[in-house]
Amino acid sequence: MLSSTAKNLYWMARYIQRAENTARVLEATNRMALLSNSDREWRSVPLIYGLDADFAERHPSPTMRDMLHYLTIDEANPSSVASCFRAARNNARDERNNLTIDLWESLNGTWLELQGMMRGIGDGIDFRQFLDWTKKQAVMATGAAQSTLLRDDAYNFVMLGLQVERADNTARILDVKYHILLPKGERVGGSLDYYQWAEVLSCIGAYRTYRRVYSSKIEPWRVAELMILRHDLPRSLLFCLGQVDRNLGELAELYGARGEATRLAGKLYSKLRYARIDTIFQDGLHEYLSDFIRGNARLSEEISRQFLMG
Amino acid sequence: MAQRQFFDEMSGLGGQSQTQGQGQRQAQQQGQARPPYRRIAEWLRQTPEEQLANKRREAEALYRRHGITFGAYGSADGHETTIPFDLIPRVLTQEEWRFLERGLIQRTRALNAFLNDAYHQRDICRAGKMPENQILLNEQFVGLAQGLTLPGDVHAHIAGIDLVRVSADEFYVLEDNVRTPSGVSYMLENREVMMRLFPDLFQRHSVLPVGRYTEELLNMLRAVSFNGDREPTVILLTPGQYNSAYFEHAFLADEMGIELVEGSDLFVDDCRVYMRTTRGPKRVDVIYRRVDDAYLDPLAFNPESLLGVAGLVAAVRAGQVNVVNALGNGIADDKSTYLYVPDMVRFYLGEEPILKNVPTWRCDKSDDLKYVLEHLGELVVKEIHGSGGKGMLVGPTSTKAEIEEFRGLLRDRPANYIAQPTLALSTCPTLVERGVAPRHVDLRPFVLSGKETVVMPGGLTRVALKDGSLVVNSSQGGGTKDTWVLGA
Repeated sequence: MLSSTAKNLYWMARYIQRAENTARVLEATNRMALLSNSDREWRSVPLIYGLDADFAERHPSPTMRDMLHYLTIDEANPSSVASCFRAARNNARDERNNLTIDLWESLNGTWLELQGMMRGIGDGIDFRQFLDWTKKQAVMATGAAQSTLLRDDAYNFVMLGLQVERADNTARILDVKYHILLPKGERVGGSLDYYQWAEVLSCIGAYRTYRRVYSSKIEPWRVAELMILRHDLPRSLLFCLGQVDRNLGELAELYGARGEATRLAGKLYSKLRYARIDTIFQDGLHEYLSDFIRGNARLSEEISRQFLMG
Repeated sequence: MAQRQFFDEMSGLGGQSQTQGQGQRQAQQQGQARPPYRRIAEWLRQTPEEQLANKRREAEALYRRHGITFGAYGSADGHETTIPFDLIPRVLTQEEWRFLERGLIQRTRALNAFLNDAYHQRDICRAGKMPENQILLNEQFVGLAQGLTLPGDVHAHIAGIDLVRVSADEFYVLEDNVRTPSGVSYMLENREVMMRLFPDLFQRHSVLPVGRYTEELLNMLRAVSFNGDREPTVILLTPGQYNSAYFEHAFLADEMGIELVEGSDLFVDDCRVYMRTTRGPKRVDVIYRRVDDAYLDPLAFNPESLLGVAGLVAAVRAGQVNVVNALGNGIADDKSTYLYVPDMVRFYLGEEPILKNVPTWRCDKSDDLKYVLEHLGELVVKEIHGSGGKGMLVGPTSTKAEIEEFRGLLRDRPANYIAQPTLALSTCPTLVERGVAPRHVDLRPFVLSGKETVVMPGGLTRVALKDGSLVVNSSQGGGTKDTWVLGA
């Protein structure tokens, strides 16, 4: 398989995921804004994606609508939902002969619909509807990939992109929200608003899961445990890295060679497997998550070096 | 000006046919269709227009959903429009096709012999049939291809020869395309769509299939490897998804099961070409390139090009990789060389040309230029290196200002232009806004040359959708039709 093909597939999956993740975060933020009078939550969203400086430059005195616009349909922002769908579709278009018709048509259809929406938008966009639509389209594309792609090396590259992006997203949400939500000097597990933590869970679609797993009130350290260490939650760090480890293992077997990416994934995965939430909090959650985000980014670089550059 | 008489391929009216009998002409005056179109005419009479309009919408949706798009450079929304597809097929009899096929194979063999000669001894010049400057001073001449001996001596592996028809028995070659001719994917997709929309029509006709094209193409590509001792790796090199014919590149690569690559996927080491894969470098033997000469190798041509592969030309010269079509083919298909093609047939093959050229005036000759300037309102003037229907003047449909603009251009750089009479292109019934009406068509059959020379029965029929327009190019609002060659 061409290295550039693997690269396109990997990034296609990352962009689909990024669009979905952004929609989930914005949805939760939207709901939160209805409940609280504080603007801290929505102001923190660009920070999750490392876009705070760019956002501030474009919108010196921003409103929440500005933020929503910036992260959904603003094509000047390369991480907006619209930009992500466009990029995913362009990656797919380059590889249309390596994709199934279902997957290609799903992404192409999304892009065509988006074009239509962008033309008809003006000022009156219904963000709630747009976010619903985004989630639906992304889930459909992911579903098309999972239900139609041949389980060969191409599939593994798609899944790698998906899992690496998900892990990155989960870690960033938890890191930023934890810091924003926790005022200076506040003890973990203190009197924080229940709704705010519920919002964090909603960002990864895990609010009900939390209820089912813990059947207890929402406590910060449990939210963190769920998002980092839960082995059966599809967006937890442990789950994502487990999948990455498996995909890289399959590629190593297929190609008869293990490389630095394979080793690094194994290391990150093991670290998560044997971690305990109380130690993580003792050593500092922020430090732990920053460490993970850096490690995950390095993993992505090694995947590039080993497979995508040829 | 008197109303022009156009030959209509269904009714048989118009045009000046020499062989048509009186009885046949009468039958046609009474509204009977020519024999190959009898059942099409019957079908059109029986099918309500509403139903045709529905089928057309269905076809459009199919093309759009499959992402079968064509980007005409300079279109309003940047790129990606579908080429309009007309539902009514263009029909050729077996007899008509046999004639065209013989002519196309003959012409392509002559063009190949010429290209091989032009980059070796230039016997045709020594024999006094063509001035050597016609080759050496041609902008498209590639010095680095001089003396290069290619597998099977083939240079124009894939040729698209544009034909027009003016009467029941007269066809002309409008131009030869032997660089990177495009459009074959539409020939194939149009057939697929027609068979899906109108299976009953295919039951009523015996239509020769065209679907084997990609297999013939792959066979040809495999046959022209320099490295005959090993299983050849064949790839398709595209400029990328922003190229107007990208859909076709992806389609052909997919149909042949070969890798679709861009320049950045390839590198040259020690005159061998490799592609970058997830398993490491893989050696390449034959490159079906859809990148123009000028962008193919920054070391040999345009140094700014990012579309090509550095060192590729050296690899070809070393006999380590073959590129299809060959380098420097542009000297054979520009509009000034066109004039010499009948002589090429006589010189290389010792045969009389089967297919005729359109009479052509060369504006670099003062007598010809004088005539052209006096008759600008009747003629078609074309740039020698122009393509895609751009940079041309169609006298009868142009305004005074446009004609005067060309008069200036011709005076400034006469050697850049040729002129031809405005041909009475035949018409075919076409579904337009208000029902079915005749529209002008041309035909581009595709000729493959490897171990032998073959043509798929049919080709791409392009149709000028605007009433009265003679310009069929897709970049100028033309559409396409499925082209049928009837079986015995």
